[in-house]
Amino acid sequence: MASISKRKKALSVNPLKSSQSTGAALAFLGFQKAIPMLHGSQGCTAFGKIFFVRHFREPIPLQTSAMEQVSTIMGADENIIEGLKTICEKSAPELIGVPTTGLSETQGCDVPMAIHQFREKYPQYAQIPVVPVSTPDYSGCMETGFAAATQALIETLVPDRPVFDGNTAVREGTPQVNVIVGSFLTPGDIESLKDIIELFGLRAIVIPDLSDSLDGHLTEQDFSPLTIGGMAVSELPYLAESIASIVIGASMYKAADVLHARTSVPDYRFDHLMGLEATDAFIKTLADISGQPVPRKLERQRAQLQDAMLDTHFMLGMAKVAVALDPDLLNGFSQLLASMGAELVAAVAPTNAAILKQVKAVEVKLGDLEELEIRAGNEHAQILISNSHALESSKRLGLPLLRAGFPQYDQLGGYQRSWIAYQGSRQTLFELANMLLENPRGEVHPYESILSQKLTTSTELCL
Amino acid sequence: MKAKDIAALLDEPACSHNQKSKSGCARPKPGATAGGCAFDGAQIALLPIADVAHIVHGSIACAGSSWDNRGARSSGPALYKIGMTTDLTEQDVIMGRGEKRLFHSIKQAIDSYHPAAVFVHNTCVPALMGDDIEAVCRAAEERWQVPVVPVDAAGFYGTKNLGNRIAGETMVKYVVGTREPDPLPPAAAKLDFKIHDINLVGEYNIAGEFWHVLPLLDELGLRVLCTLSGDARYREVQTMHRAEVNMMVCSKAMINVARKLQEAFGTPWFEGSFYGVADVSQALRDFARQINDADLSKRTETLIAREETRIHKLLEPWRQRLRGKRVLLYTGGVKSWSVISALQDLGMHVVATGTKKSTEEDKARIRQLMGDDVRMLDDGNPRALLDLVREQRVDILIAGGRNMYTALKARLPFLDINQEREFGYAGYEGMLELARQMALTLESPVWQAVRQPAPWDVDVIDADLTATQKKSQGA
Repeated sequence: MASISKRKKALSVNPLKSSQSTGAALAFLGFQKAIPMLHGSQGCTAFGKIFFVRHFREPIPLQTSAMEQVSTIMGADENIIEGLKTICEKSAPELIGVPTTGLSETQGCDVPMAIHQFREKYPQYAQIPVVPVSTPDYSGCMETGFAAATQALIETLVPDRPVFDGNTAVREGTPQVNVIVGSFLTPGDIESLKDIIELFGLRAIVIPDLSDSLDGHLTEQDFSPLTIGGMAVSELPYLAESIASIVIGASMYKAADVLHARTSVPDYRFDHLMGLEATDAFIKTLADISGQPVPRKLERQRAQLQDAMLDTHFMLGMAKVAVALDPDLLNGFSQLLASMGAELVAAVAPTNAAILKQVKAVEVKLGDLEELEIRAGNEHAQILISNSHALESSKRLGLPLLRAGFPQYDQLGGYQRSWIAYQGSRQTLFELANMLLENPRGEVHPYESILSQKLTTSTELCL
Repeated sequence: MKAKDIAALLDEPACSHNQKSKSGCARPKPGATAGGCAFDGAQIALLPIADVAHIVHGSIACAGSSWDNRGARSSGPALYKIGMTTDLTEQDVIMGRGEKRLFHSIKQAIDSYHPAAVFVHNTCVPALMGDDIEAVCRAAEERWQVPVVPVDAAGFYGTKNLGNRIAGETMVKYVVGTREPDPLPPAAAKLDFKIHDINLVGEYNIAGEFWHVLPLLDELGLRVLCTLSGDARYREVQTMHRAEVNMMVCSKAMINVARKLQEAFGTPWFEGSFYGVADVSQALRDFARQINDADLSKRTETLIAREETRIHKLLEPWRQRLRGKRVLLYTGGVKSWSVISALQDLGMHVVATGTKKSTEEDKARIRQLMGDDVRMLDDGNPRALLDLVREQRVDILIAGGRNMYTALKARLPFLDINQEREFGYAGYEGMLELARQMALTLESPVWQAVRQPAPWDVDVIDADLTATQKKSQGA
């Protein structure tokens, strides 16, 4: 069990943390025809937008309530009402998320109240769901914001007493499962997750589904002010018709509690899906839920992962790795590395979470990339795993960097790679092992005997 | 910052928007606003000062999503690339411990990184809590004997543009005039012409593009005391008051700096651009004209003649490839006109230009370049841009990174012209890169691939056509 070491210094240097509001916005982007509107100053949105545009290389629908001097002092409820009306009028979305920011929370806003007033004033937009969520950036991190938004969405839009009027797919005999996923799963991860679930004859409703909205695909339409895919909001009332809920990521357990309370659908929870053991448990669960045998294809993939573990254990055994990521992803990597006999010599997370105690390291430091750099250097780490911000650190240390988490802006395609299940884990192992092969350590340095009759290197060069 | 100080900053006598009945800086509209806040603007304007520790005082969103994402390059120190923030916690906010954390943060930054100075960038949450960052900075400066400068541009004060101005104002108030320039290096004594000192305001050395221009200034004997703020050092900013002339490179952003330096030190200033052959030459001529040194003018003309001949020869093959292409230019401020002349120089046809951030003077220049029937776009929402693209049969969109995906998703060639870009377009040399980048996207084979339907869809269309033909024949 890892001990958690809290922040001690005043200044955060090369921050690892991204804000809760950003995480909340991301969750809303996993729904069809959606747009988040951050309740804050226009900069809160501009920064968030650039953050995602650089990561996904996609246009990102994101609006702002545009608080300025007067509304910051006198109250900004009117900004929310006007903002919602403008978005409804211009884009007719199927979902508007309203995450708060540090500014509006410090000011002391009451978003549900403002939404209530909006409903009274503009009844013509009554059918457009609006979901408020409190996400001040002075607490939590991206992961918690994502979880909070998903929870708020369920609380607002999944009915307390489900109506079983029959979802088409369920009527047609394809049993459906709810899949709640945390912010640490990439669109690529979710895509492979859906494939696996479908192999068992199940239909996956992913909440939120970034693999359908931010997977980077070209559409017929030349422009859309809203998301171009994602989970359909219209399916939310039918989650109670699923035969099971699958939850991936400890950060999502609270949201899962709410869903369970509303739908009574039995749920199955997984902290992460990296490595053989975690994937085995997941596949076994799918077999149990569906009553189907494990498909040959998956058995083959399992055998491939086992083989890769054998091949890579020579490099990864005792390898020293330094990781700085949001809690769930940090835990996933630590479990995968531990299963290979690698050593996590530095583990840094931006904020505390219960799951951090499970991380396979002596200590988890709550902190920034400066701390990662110092620890990685002191402990002679061989690989860094973190987001693109760690690039400068990795250069200074002369170590390879495996980019994971948010943001990844100095390379393309980070959003589509998959870390999970048999295939993703296998690919991750290969990549880590290759990094070690390219940066060999521990090779024997040539020794020149003082008694040798070989000419010295410098003399040889002169000849 | 007090409301009346903000109002004073918005009332900029040197800005031609002031002539209008309303201020040029309108209130942002909730639900339909793009663009950064005052903090963003101030940070962008000052972050390139490379040997300064830039501390963002606030909760994580302000620094967490924005540090280390600018294209401004430094020839030496990389301290400006180290992200620093007080990363305020809930406890700090509730218990009012922001000032204390800031004070200790300044010490930590000085101890670990030995900066030439510390800049404290204020943000919304501490501004709302009422942190007196000016007092904290003063106390820290006294205690540790390192200059500590408060940049009070919290996001809710206003737009990015206001932030630019606050940044400029802060430099004039706290930094400029605190040191005399270094004596000229011994090598300068051997030169047979006089060295003149100049400043560039609003030049950010994006992708290192200013290094295309700097050798020319060296050759002419123009010593750049400071560029505010590309590749600048704190000690350079301190000496800005001694320049003989200031050039405003990005028209509106820090116009107050040029005006205040003129008021306080009588330094004349002019507006110019380093984009396009004609404009580079014009800027060089303007320096000579303002300095009023006959020998400099003569040498400037010789240099221009030599460089223009050289670059025109190199540009010729590119002109043949780019001639007649139709451009939609959507960018702000000085670039709305300066890039037009660069494009016209390449034989391209600019069908419309964005003027959202342009001054009245910018607009006058646009009319001068493109005639009265020019389309000026005030509202650059993606839909409006794309409609204009269709209507005007535009070949390429030139805009800021924000609009890159608007173009790509509509399968339209695109060139990034704003701060995040990776290539330098300034100076004579920069024109070659600009031409190359445009040809690269315009002539790319990918456009055909992404516009073509899948073969099975083509079969369907063909089948439909045949069916219709048969039907009509049957009838």
